[in-house]
Amino acid sequence: MTLDQLKTGSSGIIISVGGSGALRRRLLDMGLTPNTKVYIRKVAPLGDPIELHLRSYELTIRREDAANIEIDEVVDG
Amino acid sequence: MIIALIGNQNCGKTTLFNQLTGSNQHVGNFPGVTVDRKEGIIRKHESMQVVDLPGIYSLSPYTSEEVVTRDFLIKDKPDAILNIIDATNIERNLYLTLQLMELNIPMVLALNMMDEVRSSGNSIDVKKLSATIGLEVVPISASKNEGVSELIARVEEAGRLHLLPKNHDFCRGEVHTAIHAIKHIIEPKADAIGVPVRFAATKLVEGDQPMLAQLGLTEYEIDIIGHIVDNMEKVMGTDREAALADMRYSYIEEVCEACVHKHQETYEQQLSVKIDGLLTHRVWAIPIFIAIMSLVFWLTFGVIGATLSGWLTVGIDSVTALTDQALTGLNVNTAIHSLIIDGVFAGVGSVLSFLPTIVVLFFFLSLLEDSGYMARVAFVMDKLLRKIGLSGRSFVPMLIGFGCTVPAVMATRTLSSERDRKMTIALTPFMSCSAKLPIYAVFSQAFFPKYAPLVMISLYVLGMVVAVLGGLLLKSTIFKGNPVPFVMELPAYRLPSGKTIALHMWEKAKDFLVRAFTIIFVATIVIWVLQTFDFRFNMVTDSSQSMLAMIGSVIAPIFAPLGFGDWRASTALITGLTAKEAVVSTLAVLTGAGNSAMLTPLLAGIFPTQAAAYSFLVFTLLYMPCVAAFATIKRELTSLKKAVVSMAIQTGVAWLIAFIIYRLLLLL
Repeated sequence: MTLDQLKTGSSGIIISVGGSGALRRRLLDMGLTPNTKVYIRKVAPLGDPIELHLRSYELTIRREDAANIEIDEVVDG
Repeated sequence: MIIALIGNQNCGKTTLFNQLTGSNQHVGNFPGVTVDRKEGIIRKHESMQVVDLPGIYSLSPYTSEEVVTRDFLIKDKPDAILNIIDATNIERNLYLTLQLMELNIPMVLALNMMDEVRSSGNSIDVKKLSATIGLEVVPISASKNEGVSELIARVEEAGRLHLLPKNHDFCRGEVHTAIHAIKHIIEPKADAIGVPVRFAATKLVEGDQPMLAQLGLTEYEIDIIGHIVDNMEKVMGTDREAALADMRYSYIEEVCEACVHKHQETYEQQLSVKIDGLLTHRVWAIPIFIAIMSLVFWLTFGVIGATLSGWLTVGIDSVTALTDQALTGLNVNTAIHSLIIDGVFAGVGSVLSFLPTIVVLFFFLSLLEDSGYMARVAFVMDKLLRKIGLSGRSFVPMLIGFGCTVPAVMATRTLSSERDRKMTIALTPFMSCSAKLPIYAVFSQAFFPKYAPLVMISLYVLGMVVAVLGGLLLKSTIFKGNPVPFVMELPAYRLPSGKTIALHMWEKAKDFLVRAFTIIFVATIVIWVLQTFDFRFNMVTDSSQSMLAMIGSVIAPIFAPLGFGDWRASTALITGLTAKEAVVSTLAVLTGAGNSAMLTPLLAGIFPTQAAAYSFLVFTLLYMPCVAAFATIKRELTSLKKAVVSMAIQTGVAWLIAFIIYRLLLLL
């Protein structure tokens, strides 16, 4: 599944980061690399973007961009 | 000795810079881009000059901030790099550090916010960290000024003794092989143009186009490098960019495993999550935001700003009155008398009248920015602005545009990308500023007494609609292609330091005075000359004989298709360029009304129909902003040409839309 499909309050492990150019590079630079655990903290009031917690900091990205990130859901928090 | 201060956004870089330099700093621009370049001399160390580079996360070649930083480091070759990192968020911060280490420039790592790490019961083994990554590491707390003198001593030493980063051994396996193979190929060329070879090799593995172009490699060399990278990708089963990001983070994870002892998130981080429970709440986020911004507006443009402006007016008026008396007493020539009172004093007065607003507004804005709330606003509002190709970050500057375009344009400086800054600057003037309100009020009263509120609201909405259409247009034309990705950190909430806020307010006030003074002053004098003399430079008694009136008459036909071809209307639009309030006062003078209360019945003489009056309001709403705003826009775009072009386009748009609306209204 992709990161945008993950529910608020659940976590996933990144498998791969798709996309290209500046956006993909930015995602990688911010620490969204394979095998990183990502927790979905919340969704913005208007339904987008989403707030992630990873590498002990908070990051916000848009849903459409999160859709480029392939993850494995972590079943147990 | 030149020291480059580099770090991520929100890592306390500005606080450290202020601690190092005090008020001993000045802001400039990197050539050709609207990226701030702050410089200062370290206090009590006159030989040490610090350059505060933009807050960035990586040395990728994509944003102008990153490119400017790279160019500065490679071409200007600072004597030392002072890399400040947030110790509470060490993993992501070290990512930039690893790239900086490859530049082969003496470097010291400042581990900021160590007080927060300690007070939360966590610890970082600084000695071990230093030994592992091969850099001098100094734990500090920039906000409490702890460890800063030790830091200065270490940086001075590193620069003086040319202490280079000792460790380059953070690449593994296939990446290691690729980097070293490419190093051998490019070494002569990199050395020849003075580019650090290790940095260049890593960037080539990443597929960095600007670096490839810079090195001027032969086709054969490029071909070999291509094979090396292809091979690496094949063996690793991943692509070049991911491979390198993964390599850096894997190394950082190892380092942190060994040196960072973390029992829990810091108290500040835990508290932030709780505060966000309210401030970015699904239901409450937007009402709270509206409440906060209303309070800021009310205090700025109402309570505090108005009080300060009132005092200022009283002060200026009394000085003006005294001077007026003195000049009368001395029997000074009437032309010079008028020049001093109506030209010079009026000019200075109009420049100063912006100051209270700017100072008060930037007090609140730096409070919101430095506390971390602005990032939340961007998070909450992003969806609204995305469609026009902007991000949530632009929301607040555009909102301030409803108060005054000048501080709104100045506020775009906090936007993290140059593209967003330029686009926001182009669109902000369409937000109807508060100086236009008196014009709407007088006209609504005169022409639409029953529908006054509706007319006003329609104008505000029209401004926003034009901004949205303008945004859509810009997005698909000039700013086509790479929008800067909205991948934004939500930093922990922190109490902003009084010093940083004070310096920020001072910087903005000074900036405005220095840059805007000449332009506003000259404009006021020019308008005074035009108003006071005819073309033979005789002073006029009847304002309809002045040069300004003549110019008004010449350009009046341009506005005839909009329904207001009367020379008095066009003259008022010209004086409106000094300040929008002047539109009403000029109309009052030219119709002989004396004051705006008596103006109401006389306006019908200039604007024959309601449609014409509304069309005039539409034009006033949209045409180029006042000279103070123009001066600020020129400063922020760092180009007179771009500023003039954007004003011309705006005025053209105003004409076109007023024309369309006028014609539509006539059909009704």
